[in-house]
Formats: sequence, structure tokens, C-alpha cells
Amino acid sequence: MARFVAPRASSDMPDKEDTVDNAARPEMEESASTPPANAAIASVVREFPDAVVTEHSYASSDVTYHRVEVLVDSWVGIVQAARAAGFDFFIDLYAVDHYSQAPRFEVGLNLVSLGAKERVILTTRVPYDDPSVPTITSEFAGANFYEREAYDLFGIVFPGHPDLTRILLPDDWDGYPLRKDYDIGAVPVQFKAGSADL
Amino acid sequence: MSDATNVTDPAGEEAAAEPVQAASVADERRAAHDIWVSGTEERYPFAAETDEGAQEMLPEAEDPAADIQSGIAVDDDFLRESDVLADERQIINMGPQHPSTHGVLRLHLELEGETIRRAKPIIGYLHTGMEKTAEALNYAQGSTNVTRMDYLSPFHNELAFSLTVEQLLGIDVPERASAIRVLMTELNRVASHLVWVATQGMDIGALSMMIYGWREREVCLDFFEKTTGLRMNHNYIRPGGVAADLPHGWEDDVANLIDAVSGGLDEYEELLNENPIFLDRTMGVGVMTPDECKQYGITGPMARASGIDWDLRKTAPYCGIDQYDFDVPTGVHGDVHDRYTVRMEEMRQSLRIVEQVVAGMPSGDYRTEDRKVTPPPRARIDESMEALIHHFKLFTEGIQVPEGTAYQAVEGPRGEIGCLLVSKGGARPWRMHWRAPSFAAVQALPVMMTDSLLADVVATIASVDPVLGDVDR
Amino acid sequence: MAGPASEPGFLLTTVEKGVNWARTRSMWPASFGLACCAIEMMGTGAAHNDLARFGMEVFRASPRQADLMIVAGRVSQKMAPVLRQVYDQMAEPKWVLAMGACASSGGMFNNYALVQGVDQIVPVDMYVPGCPPGPQSLIHGILSLQQMIMDGEIRRSTGVV
Repeated sequence: MARFVAPRASSDMPDKEDTVDNAARPEMEESASTPPANAAIASVVREFPDAVVTEHSYASSDVTYHRVEVLVDSWVGIVQAARAAGFDFFIDLYAVDHYSQAPRFEVGLNLVSLGAKERVILTTRVPYDDPSVPTITSEFAGANFYEREAYDLFGIVFPGHPDLTRILLPDDWDGYPLRKDYDIGAVPVQFKAGSADL
Repeated sequence: MSDATNVTDPAGEEAAAEPVQAASVADERRAAHDIWVSGTEERYPFAAETDEGAQEMLPEAEDPAADIQSGIAVDDDFLRESDVLADERQIINMGPQHPSTHGVLRLHLELEGETIRRAKPIIGYLHTGMEKTAEALNYAQGSTNVTRMDYLSPFHNELAFSLTVEQLLGIDVPERASAIRVLMTELNRVASHLVWVATQGMDIGALSMMIYGWREREVCLDFFEKTTGLRMNHNYIRPGGVAADLPHGWEDDVANLIDAVSGGLDEYEELLNENPIFLDRTMGVGVMTPDECKQYGITGPMARASGIDWDLRKTAPYCGIDQYDFDVPTGVHGDVHDRYTVRMEEMRQSLRIVEQVVAGMPSGDYRTEDRKVTPPPRARIDESMEALIHHFKLFTEGIQVPEGTAYQAVEGPRGEIGCLLVSKGGARPWRMHWRAPSFAAVQALPVMMTDSLLADVVATIASVDPVLGDVDR
Repeated sequence: MAGPASEPGFLLTTVEKGVNWARTRSMWPASFGLACCAIEMMGTGAAHNDLARFGMEVFRASPRQADLMIVAGRVSQKMAPVLRQVYDQMAEPKWVLAMGACASSGGMFNNYALVQGVDQIVPVDMYVPGCPPGPQSLIHGILSLQQMIMDGEIRRSTGVV
């Protein structure tokens, strides 16, 4: 039942050396990090000088949202700071496998502030050999199922989580399907003989 | 029997010792008359003491049991925690195959009598690996995948995906395309809420609501089939616009649809709004406070029923929906009844938006002219080399999307439907993550159900309106 | 009245036809709605496309009281044992109708998470294609299945005629 394909022996494979250097962050996709002009975001990152803030706008719209990237050591801190700054509406927690970019896994938290009508996406990165992000279920009870999903599909562990078990896949599944070195598991199409005279 | 007591104890001073007195008097009588007197049988040594006496009927004014039986007094002994041992709890498994769980949801319920003490939702029975499949499909095929997630609101899924791709591409779609998108998504909201009211009514016991809800929904599905070719899972809203223009005579179709659905809504309100059984079963049931909504990420009509005034159509408008006039209903109590009123009013407001779209539909293209995103019209391919090359590139390689990460959300019938796309260049997403509104709602089910009665579980689940395709993806 | 040894006789064939007629005219589906196809299945039971005219509007929640299992939707790996258990609980004679592309063959989701066709788990008597099949397609599938039963093309070998 489990489909785990051994990683391809290619140059894409994340080497151990890559994962050590946490400061090697990938290039920012959008414009370079601007000092946050937005008051709510500014108050979130005030205590976190290493946070990288980018601003994005929605499709065909002037409304913007921000992404804030921090190191995993500041994860709980910035979540608490965001909550204190008014971002107390939990929306989403997700994970991404960047595979050849170290650190390999990205974990993101999507929060909304009702008062400021703002959205912020906090992100952090963790390496392949220690995919561990502190849990934030003490801040947002709703992160429970989302962290379980990230564990189930990516193998990222959340120390402190009350019940870190598989949620979407059967309990005895092997492997983490949404990782890039896990095959999609397509089977050859079977054409079964049958009569066509109905 | 009163004679016996009165004779020996007229003043009632020894009323406490009455059983003993009666026994001795009765013994005397029996001994004297050799008559069997009830209450004097030898008791078995292990029989439990009762306070009812044997066949003894107290006058009604003094009988606490009669009060409980007739409902005047309530003996909530199942709520006295100290009296009940933890191992007297019964674990009941509801689902995954169950008529009332709205899909393959499994609920582990720990019951004490009829009260739920703990509930645990177990999901994953519909996990389809759609996020992994999205990495194998290109951006034009992506709509076919995401449309099957929240299968009651396929247009909203497609819209979230298309808007996110357009955010990455940095393109605008023509006004007509945006207006068509608004039309289809608002009609989809109506169709989805009709399924909700049908299943809510059926789960509460108003079985005919199932038939009525689907009667109006068929009118909506007819229009969808005429426009997109399919009743469900349309693959109509794609990056760059919509797949085809509206058919001839669509204004009349939509006008008839509005009449039919409004009439249907009037009927439902007449049937349900003052129905005492409906009110009893929905008021005060399945309450979520605003803080709980914010903690668990509950958005959409459920959050608005709790009083949170948050609607993405107002706070982060998309597709030009801010040019239309509409209200966003909110509730106060956060119970099943408030969710009912909020959703009924939302249907009416959606029809209001649809009327305005019909009145003000701009002319123009139904998809962008950018040939790197949408294929040229078929006739152009015979005339122009560039058109042929664009067509070829689009259908062999696909839309090339620059590197970036984008998130965009729309207001679906169940809440915020969001799509996060990570692109590393090329024709396929590196990662697509779907923010599913029902995932958060199912997680919050224990909050709504703990310490409520088993009969309320069904009403609560129906009011949450989960779509398991969204929960499990 | 008995014909040659290899054919049932006239009386028995009439009885068999009668039994088949009774079975097809009140076939009760077990509700096994999983995903999008379940919505179309509910629509088939609703007033517009009425399943009640074929005697099938009672969707029995308990598989023990059902004859026909309409597998409506995609079957994930986690759901597969549940599907088999529900099928085993149904009493003979029972039939399985795979509704939709995902139930027939895995549909558009050829990946790790789905069983590629429920005939990997249970024997299927009728496949209805579509994504999702509209009510008319589903009714066509059901009526074809009924026709097959009437014609005696489907027999169950557990000692039941």
C-alpha cells in the first residue's frame, strides 16, 4: 500500500552541507524586503530585526497582504507578537517542500486581523535533517489539525503538539506523500474486457 | 393504610418510625385475621431498598416520581458528574458510512446517557491526493482538479485557483469575464445553500425539505449546464477568464431562475421560520462564540452567525464585486438557528447581486487577449502564424508562470477558500496548497457538541455544512 | 413439466422470472455516497429525476436492509476496508453499481491515495461513466442493471435461484 520511492541519485538531492547553514535563505521572489509601512505589520516585527517582510497585492486589486519570514527559533515569538498586534484570526497553516533549496521545508501560518482588515502570512524554514517546528496549538487551538496534516504529508514534527498522529492517510502508511521524493503513485491504466452490447 | 398509622400515631409524632409501626400493626392484623397485607412480605436479603413502598401510591401532590414523569420537575441525574464513573461512558462510532454525516466523516462520541462528553472527528476517508495531483497538472488543467475539492461550490474553487495564477502572472481579465465570474459564483452560492437547507431540514426531520431544496437547485443546475456544459465540476473559470461566453437568452434564463428560487425561498421560510419543532431543535444548539471561531479559523456563514463581520467580498473584493450593492447578514447567538437565518438571507443577497450583474453586464471579451495565457480563436489559427505558434505552445507546454509564491482567497459558501501556489517557473505548480473552510469547521465540531445531547449532534453537523472533499482533499 | 435435464422447466422459469421481477422492482440502494457523485445521486432521488418511480427512493442506511450498493464517489485507501465491510454486511442477492469515473477506474486521480476502481475490492455489476454522471445517466445504468437481472444474465451462486 505504501509507495516510497528512493530519492533519485541526482544533483537535486539535498546534501547534508546545505542543510546546516540556516542563514542561506532563498532569493526573495517579489521586490526586495521593504521596511513595513503598515502599522500592524510593523508592530509584529518590531522585536524581530531578522524578519524579512514582503508585500504582495491580490490579482487585479489594490488590496495587499504581507509575508514575514523568520528563523524557526523566533517562530513562537512572532506568532505571539502577531496575535498581540491584532492578528488573532487563524486562517491556515501549510507546509512546502522546496527540495533542492535549503532549508528544505517551509511552514507558513496565515492570520487575519479583523480590526485592521489585514492578512499576514508568517513563514519559517526548517532543514531536512531536523524538520521540527515548535507547535503553536497553545496560541491557536485550530492549528491542531493543520499541524497533524503537515506531519502526515511532509513528516514535519511539531514538538509540544498534543496528538501528532496521521490524519488524512491510514495510520499504518509509510512515507510522506507530498514530499518531492515521493512518487505520485500512478498505476498503468487497465483495460478490463467487457461486453459493449448494452 | 392510613387507618393503621392514624390509629397508632394520630399526631404524627412517630412518623419517622412509621414503617416499623405499620409492620407491627400489620403483623397483628395478619396474625389476627390471617390476611395477607401488602408491605409485610419477607424481603429477599439482597433486594435494594426503595422509597416507593410496595405498590404504594402516594397522593400525587407528594410523589416526586409523578412530577418527573409528567415533566414538571427534571431530574438531570446524568449531569451530576460526581455520581457517574468515567467508565460508565459509552463510546459510539458514527460513520464513516452514515446518512447524516454529510459525507465520509467519522465521529467518535463518548456518551454519558444522552450527553456527549467528548467527540473526536476522524477524517481522511476521502483523501484524494489532490494537492499532489496539482503538481502534475499544468495551469490550464488545474481547474479540473480543484473544482472537485469543495464539490458543492465548484466555481468558487476554480475562481480561487484562477485568481492566484493571475496574481502570479500579473495579468488582468476583462470586465465581462469578471462579471461572468461574479454571476456564476453567486449562483453557485445559491445552489450550495439550497443543498444545505435541504440536508439541514432532512436531518432535523423535515424530510420534504430535501425534495424542495433540490427542486430549486435543478433550476440553477440547468443554467450551469447551458453555460458550461456540465451540471457540476465545470472547469469553466480558468486563468485568464472563463472558458466560453454566456449563451443566447441567458438574461431570460437568469430572470426565470431568480423568480423560481425567490419563490422557493419564500416557501421554505413559511415552512420553517415559525415551526415550533424547528425552532426547538435549532435555538441554542451548537453554539460557537466569536473567540472560538477565531481560534479555530471558522469563516463564512458560521462566523457571521456568531457575530464576526468578515466577508472577503467586502474586505478584499475580487472580480469587481465591490461595484455591486449587497448586504452581509450577521447573527448574534452563533447557534444553528442563526446560521439558518444567515444563510437564507445570504441566498437572497446573492440573488440581488445576480440581478445587478444581469442589468449591468459589460460587453467585451470573456477572456484575456494575452495569447501566452489563453489560446487564440480557432479561426485565427488558419490566418496567422503567431496564433498557430501560441496555440501550439499552450497546448503542448502550457502557460508559463514566473517564479513566485501567491495566495488568494475567495468567499465560498462555507467560508474562505484559499489557494496558495508556489511556482518555480514552468508550466506546473511546484506546490499548491488549498485552504479548505470545512477542514477548520470539522475540527471545531467537538467544541460545538460537548455537553450537548446526541440528538443535537445531527443538527449541529448539518448547520456546519461540511463538504468532505474539502476536508480531506 | 420438466424439460431436458440441462434446462429448468416451464414452471421453474416462470417462477424465476417472477422472482427476478420482484427483485428488480423494489431494489433498495444502500447509501454509500462519498463525494460529488453522491450529490448527483441525491438529485436522482429528488423530485426532478425521480427514483421512486422505480421503487428505489428508500436509501437504506443499514447495509443489511439493502440490495444495491451504489458506490458514488472516489474510494480512498482509508475507505477501502470500510467499503468491503459494508459490502459483506449486505445480504444476498446483492448488486454493486460503480457510479462515476472514480469508482469505475480511479477517474482523473491516478495517484497514491485512491483505489483505482472499486472492482479491486468488490465485484461490480454495472459501471456508470461520468464525472459526475447526471441523473439521467445513473437512471440508465440502474435500468440496464435491472434489465440484466430480469434477463437472468446476473446470477448469484450462493444457493439462491
